[in-house]
Amino acid sequence: MSDRGTALERLFWRATVLVVLVYAGLPLAWIVSLSLKPAADLGDGHLVPRHVTLAHYGAVFANPHFPAALRNSLGIATLATLLAVALGVLAAYAVVRLRFPGRRLFLGGALAVAMFPPVAVIGPLFDLWRRVGLYDTWAGLVLPYLSLTLPLAIWILAAAFRDLPWDLERAARVDGATRLQALRKIILPLAAPGVAAAAVLVFIFAWNDFMFALSLTSTDHARTVPAVLAFFTGASRFQQPTSAIAAASVVVTIPVVVLVLLFQRPIVAGLTAGAVKG
Amino acid sequence: MRIPREHRLGWLLCAPAVLAMAAVTAYPVLAAVRLSLYRYDLRFPDARRFVGLHNYLTVLTSAVWWKAVAATLVITLTSVSVELVLGMALALVMHRALVGRRTVRTAVLVPYAVVTVVAALAWRFAFNPTTGFVQGLGILDRPWLSVSWSAFTIIILTEIWKTTPFMALLLLAGLALVPGDALRAARVDGASRAQRFFRVTLPLMKPAILVALLFRTVDALRIFDTVFVQTRGALGTQPVSLVGYDTLLVSLNLGLGSAVSVLIFVLVTGAAVAIVRGMGGALPEASFR
Repeated sequence: MSDRGTALERLFWRATVLVVLVYAGLPLAWIVSLSLKPAADLGDGHLVPRHVTLAHYGAVFANPHFPAALRNSLGIATLATLLAVALGVLAAYAVVRLRFPGRRLFLGGALAVAMFPPVAVIGPLFDLWRRVGLYDTWAGLVLPYLSLTLPLAIWILAAAFRDLPWDLERAARVDGATRLQALRKIILPLAAPGVAAAAVLVFIFAWNDFMFALSLTSTDHARTVPAVLAFFTGASRFQQPTSAIAAASVVVTIPVVVLVLLFQRPIVAGLTAGAVKG
Repeated sequence: MRIPREHRLGWLLCAPAVLAMAAVTAYPVLAAVRLSLYRYDLRFPDARRFVGLHNYLTVLTSAVWWKAVAATLVITLTSVSVELVLGMALALVMHRALVGRRTVRTAVLVPYAVVTVVAALAWRFAFNPTTGFVQGLGILDRPWLSVSWSAFTIIILTEIWKTTPFMALLLLAGLALVPGDALRAARVDGASRAQRFFRVTLPLMKPAILVALLFRTVDALRIFDTVFVQTRGALGTQPVSLVGYDTLLVSLNLGLGSAVSVLIFVLVTGAAVAIVRGMGGALPEASFR
């Protein structure tokens, strides 16, 4: 479709883009609106608030549990991301650059892990974590997040590595660089979009997780935002602090929306690259 | 016999990933299998004893389990089939859009990236008679989350909203692989737009469609967050993951809960194997070359 299309076609595409924007944005716009309305306007049914207040945001940050949960979410997701990318880079390098027995088995195993149901392991992990002192700690969540995102990281990184001009690496090694130096100085910079995609997707997974956070933490020590949000609501079925929940929801949504805006291109490339390659 | 350097380096580089993945999957699953053979209730830890397959018998003869299996299947089948159609439409838009392609791709990633708990809350508020806007449309005169079918509808809608983008991106990858020559040739031969789509594009996209179906089906069978936030399993919406969670971490019955976990593991693995069989075992090759 090389031409720019007729006026009618352009109008059609404009309308389609608008539909997609409404689809993606409406529920979030609603929750932003709820978070800004004064309590009296909560039930007015208006998407654009008639009066705007930031009081609910103040209330959310005044509640000691929320800032603690935000800190835990940020710290745990960041650690899981760094580790998953580091281990993923090593494994993806091996898979793409080296021939060794067990390589296919490794990739098949990673694929199986990608489809793993978390509920199958929360019982034993809960039991084990309490005995070895990992229950309600950052490490106790970093480890499951790291493990369950490794397949995705390896997959995206391997797809990125495959497209690189490996002659450059060979040339560097001939010039006396070690494998590690060549990886750090030549391969990683070239594969930067793939590394970014892997990092962002791991971060989103860890930021998103609810089941492990719910099962393996109990206090401000390590409880992350999704679990805290659910307990905001769980306290009473009849009286719910809707505005505060909405404000907290908006706060946790901001980082992922920023990441998506910044890294749209590598994320789309990363998610699609592995899917049907070859 | 010496092991070649390359082999040793390959194993060494993969070892950390293997250890990390095994520590949180293989080992605990085996532990769950073992625990499932015991009566092991954390409230009465001293009463722990071997009971064979008794826990499985209890689960498989309970109405709660089968109702949960039914609810999980209803949610999975409806959401995945709607997502396939909607995701295909979205993929075509992303592939063909003459204007705003970048905007569409970014917008589509937003639901994918939003925390599931937040998405579930947003939809719950939208359907709530007081804080929402849907009640004003007059489709249902009772609160949506007070009737079983409408509660299912909201759960499924939330799932569709959140995961269609993922489906669309996987399908987009498939679309990009359809050679333009094949489409042009069909056009020259007089095939209509619809014929070109159903006779040329779709068959060529089969691998991508099966990969997307596999990932989304397996993912939908694990549904937990949305239901936890929206109904907490009330009105017959309780999926198998919630049964497992409640038995393990609310009742603290690790033996019985582990039997539930193992059964879920078998269910998900069975579904994955069935879909991979359906695509002729081509999947691991296709995804990892």
